[in-house]
This record gives sequence, structure tokens and C-alpha cells, in this order.
Amino acid sequence: MTLDPRYLEYPLRRYGMDHDRYEWSMLAQRAPIAWPGGTRLALWLNVAVQFFPLNQSGKPFAPPGSMVTAYPDLRHFTLRDYGNRVGIFRCLDALDRFGVTPTFSVNAAVAARYPALLERLVGRGNEILASSWHMDSLHHGGLPSDEEAALVERSLRTLRTATGQSVQGWLSPARSQSRNTPDLLAAQGVRYMGDWLNDDMPYGFRTKRGELVALPLSLELEDRFIMQDNLHSEWEYAQQVEDACDYLLAEAEKTGHGRLLALSVHPWLLGQPHRIGALERVLKHLSERPGIWSASASDIVAAWRRRQP
Amino acid sequence: MREDLGLYDYRPWDQRLPIRWPNDAKVAFWVAPNIEFYELDPAPNPHRRAWPRPLPDIQGYATRDYGNRVGHMRMMELLDKYGVRGAVSLSTALCEHHPEIIELCKARDWEFFSHGIYNTRYAYGMDEAQERAMIEESMYTIAQHTGQRCAGYLAPALTHTERTLDLFSEAGGLYTCDLFHDDQPTPVRVRSGKPFVSVPYSLELNDTIVYVVNRIEPRRYGDMIKQAFDRLYQEGEQGGTVLCVPLHAYQVGHPHRLRAFEEALAYVVGHSDVWVTTGREIAEYYLEHYYEQAVGE
Repeated sequence: MTLDPRYLEYPLRRYGMDHDRYEWSMLAQRAPIAWPGGTRLALWLNVAVQFFPLNQSGKPFAPPGSMVTAYPDLRHFTLRDYGNRVGIFRCLDALDRFGVTPTFSVNAAVAARYPALLERLVGRGNEILASSWHMDSLHHGGLPSDEEAALVERSLRTLRTATGQSVQGWLSPARSQSRNTPDLLAAQGVRYMGDWLNDDMPYGFRTKRGELVALPLSLELEDRFIMQDNLHSEWEYAQQVEDACDYLLAEAEKTGHGRLLALSVHPWLLGQPHRIGALERVLKHLSERPGIWSASASDIVAAWRRRQP
Repeated sequence: MREDLGLYDYRPWDQRLPIRWPNDAKVAFWVAPNIEFYELDPAPNPHRRAWPRPLPDIQGYATRDYGNRVGHMRMMELLDKYGVRGAVSLSTALCEHHPEIIELCKARDWEFFSHGIYNTRYAYGMDEAQERAMIEESMYTIAQHTGQRCAGYLAPALTHTERTLDLFSEAGGLYTCDLFHDDQPTPVRVRSGKPFVSVPYSLELNDTIVYVVNRIEPRRYGDMIKQAFDRLYQEGEQGGTVLCVPLHAYQVGHPHRLRAFEEALAYVVGHSDVWVTTGREIAEYYLEHYYEQAVGE
């Protein structure tokens, strides 16, 4: 056996990254940033408001949380629908009880399917960020650029019309992007995206249409990842988030650098009656720690931008 | 394909060598941070896909990048705190991509050994000349950037051929981390007949295996390390044992995982009869004191 000789060639072996989207830098070596009011840890609590279509294509892959069985998978369809009917209201109660500011990442299809829910969320005065059309509309390397541009445009237009907000944030379903996604987002007025999860702070991300801010939305601390992928218990989930919170606060205190705790929660998962207590435990912990700045994602991005040289 | 590559002889654990580590330590303890670079758009290998999702798999890529941007410094400072020098399993292209990390490790007198060039370039399908070229280039890069003569090998992404260890030995290597058959070093048979050993690299305690394959809770990982240590410490009275903890900054370096790992690290180094060392030092000590005896029996 032998491989194509090009397999032993490394054309992008050079200083920094093997692409041009962002600069290589170590978090610990960047200039310190303090959050407003001298707080240490910015908290982005993202609530995923999703629609999983029953007739999913599953192409090029089935996104996490999507349909599993042969059509019609009423089992998973209704378990996800539960989040928008029941679970989210438990989550909202918990957030309000502990004074934590949510940001809602919303599939645009929600505007048509659950207008009353979207109205409630907007009426609270919280930020809505766009999460493409629905969970089966994946952005990926095989998606023609014009189709993807139309998908981005339709999703943003629908959500901007339905909410009256400028909608400047983006989260791709399954955090999946094509090579063009950041350029298409910037062209449509998006200012920040949560898909790239390689940092514990925001950072600048180049596009052909100006700079975006990457605001990493942690996967490792996501409720769905911990409980559904790793099959850890709800109390183990709470423990891990509390440990992360305390570690980041201590690191911020020790170094004088602000940090970001970005938690994504899914009402169809944490909003179940046997799990909501774990969210309440987490929110209680966060609300009792001094030095945490609970803010909308765009406020965190704006504060970070103001502190750039 | 062969039923067994015949790399080592069978030796039952109750007849293990009565190894005495320096200062009569019962356990040789070493930590192997894997410092890796994964490519966003790697050249395709017909025998293994680099990423599970269609390219660009930004989720997999960014997950690894987190280790270099964020996790490395946390992991390194923790090892500093407990007086542990890492023995780095290195994607050697990282010397060019992220020289800052190499300098930080050099300043701490850490060992560097070869983990291939990129963790997205696999040995599968390489002919002998290609694999030799890859191995030699990785060793050359280590020498050039760190001044160290590379002694150890862990195949990139654990991709091997029948010749891998022969080629690494012929290139001047002393030990391999690729074999998981024992809790003591063992001689490894290579075609040149040169002295060559396996140093235990506990794959079962590798944080990526723990967190990604076995999906273990962070605090339980800490308990697993303590349990492994207790048993190896006890058994080390009859013959010195090795405990290796292989790490990845993109796994252990997350804020919800460091506390449990720190507790385990403090527990291990808090015992008196522990030799806190590196892969190279274990290999050299064994080659000097026990290799002949082990081969002769």
C-alpha cells in the first residue's frame, strides 16, 4: 500500500492557524478585560427555542435531538414539542425567580408555528437571536452558496419581522457551518455568532464582509450534551455547571481577566418535571455568587467590543 | 495481516520483575499531555475519515482548538503547582503553528516525544518509506525546535502499521507508548534487534477515552485515578509499577473538570514512595537496570 505523495505535504504548516478566520492567541496572554461594574464573569444563559420537523431529511447528518425512528417519529416529535408547550414556562419561572437574564436562540419556523410563544418571549424584553429556519436546515460544506444565502436571509427576515428586533446574533443548528456561513451572516447584518466553541471569551472573526464576534456557546456545559449524549444525571449536570462557574470566577479573580460562562439550555430537556429542579439549583448557585454579570448575548458582545484597543 | 505481531513475550503479573525505582519508590508516576494540532481541512486518507461531519467540521475543530487557546495554560499551571514535569506527546507541526506553547514547556524542562506531525494525518496506507519519512521528520522537528533528541513515540491518532515500532527504533527511538498490555515496562522486539521498550501509557485513564469514549463524569475520573494509584502503590511493594495519566488540554482543561483532576493529582504526589518522572526517564532507567534481565529470562 502507498498513499498519494501529497498526503505527506503540509501546505498550511505555518505560524498561527491553518485558516485565516481568526488570529491564534492564548486566552491567558490577552489583555485583561473587566466586565461592567467590575464584574468578573459574564453569564450568557441561552434558551434554545427549536422546531424539529417530523419529515426531517437528516442530511447531511441528523442534528442532535432530532428524529430517531422510522417516519412518523411521533415519539421524538412530541417530546421536543413538549419544550415549547410546557417546559419553557418552567424555565422562564426559574429564570425570573433567580433574576437571570435569558437570551433566546430561535428557529425562524417558530414564528409561524408558535406565534403566541414568540410574542411572550419578545414581550419580556429579552433578546432573540436567530437559529436558522429549523433544526433540520443544516449549514454544511455541501450546501450551495446561493441556497445558504437564501436560508440565512429568510430566517433573519422572518425573525426580524416577527419580533421587531434587529436580530444581530446567530446560532447554527448543531453548530454546523459551511465555509461560507460567516460571510453570509455578516452580509445580512449579523454581528455575532455562537457556533465556534474554542474559547472562554469572545474574539474577533474575519469575514469577507467585515468582522464578526465569535461568542463561544459551550457544548461541554450544555444540558443536552451532558444528559443526553453523556447520559449523566440531572444532578451531575448541576454539579458540573457549578464547578465550572466557581473555577471561572476563581480564574478571573486570580488573573484579573474577565471570563464568559455560556450555558445553553433546552426546555424540552431541562423543562421536564424531574429535571427542572436541576436548573433551579444551577440558577440559585449562579445568583448567589458575587461578580457575575447576567446579560443578554448582544450586551456581552457590545461590552467586549468597547474594550477592544 | 498476522494473528499477532509478536512484539513482546508473555510474562504473568505474579512473576513480574522486582523493579526498584529510584529511592525505592513503588510507583513511577508520569503525566503525558498530548499537545495536538488537528487540521481544519486535512488531506484525505482512504482508510480513515478525519472528521465525523462533512468538512468543515467546525465543532470538532474548535473543540481541539480550545485546548491550545484556553486549556493548555490551566493544565500546565496545575502540573507546575504539584511539581510534575509533563512528557509531551506532540503533534510536531505545532512547533510551527503555536511556538508559544513549545517555549512554555521548554522553560519547564518538559520532555517532548513524537505523536506524528498532525493528529489528522494517519499512518494507515503508508508504505515503509512514507511512514519512515513521517517519523523521521517528526523527530527532526522536535530536535530543531526543542534541542531534544526524541526518545518516545505515540502514533498519530493511534494509527499503526506492522512496521511502526521497527521504524521508530531504527530512527533512534528508545520507547513506545502504543502498547497497553502491562503495568510495567517491557522489552519490545524490533527487527533491528536494538534495545527498545514499552512504557505503560494508561489508555484507560486517558482523559479523552474517559470523557469522549466512556462518557465519565469529571469527579468520577478523579476517583478512577486515585483508585488506580492505590492499587499500583500497593502492588509496587513486590515490584515497581507505572502509573501514567495521559491528558488533552481540550478535555481536562475545561472549567468543570479541573477541580476533580487537581484533587487526584494532589493525592498521588502527596504519597511518599512515588517517583514523579517522565516517559524518557522511565525508559532509560529500565534499559539500564532491567532490560537485560527481562530479555534473558
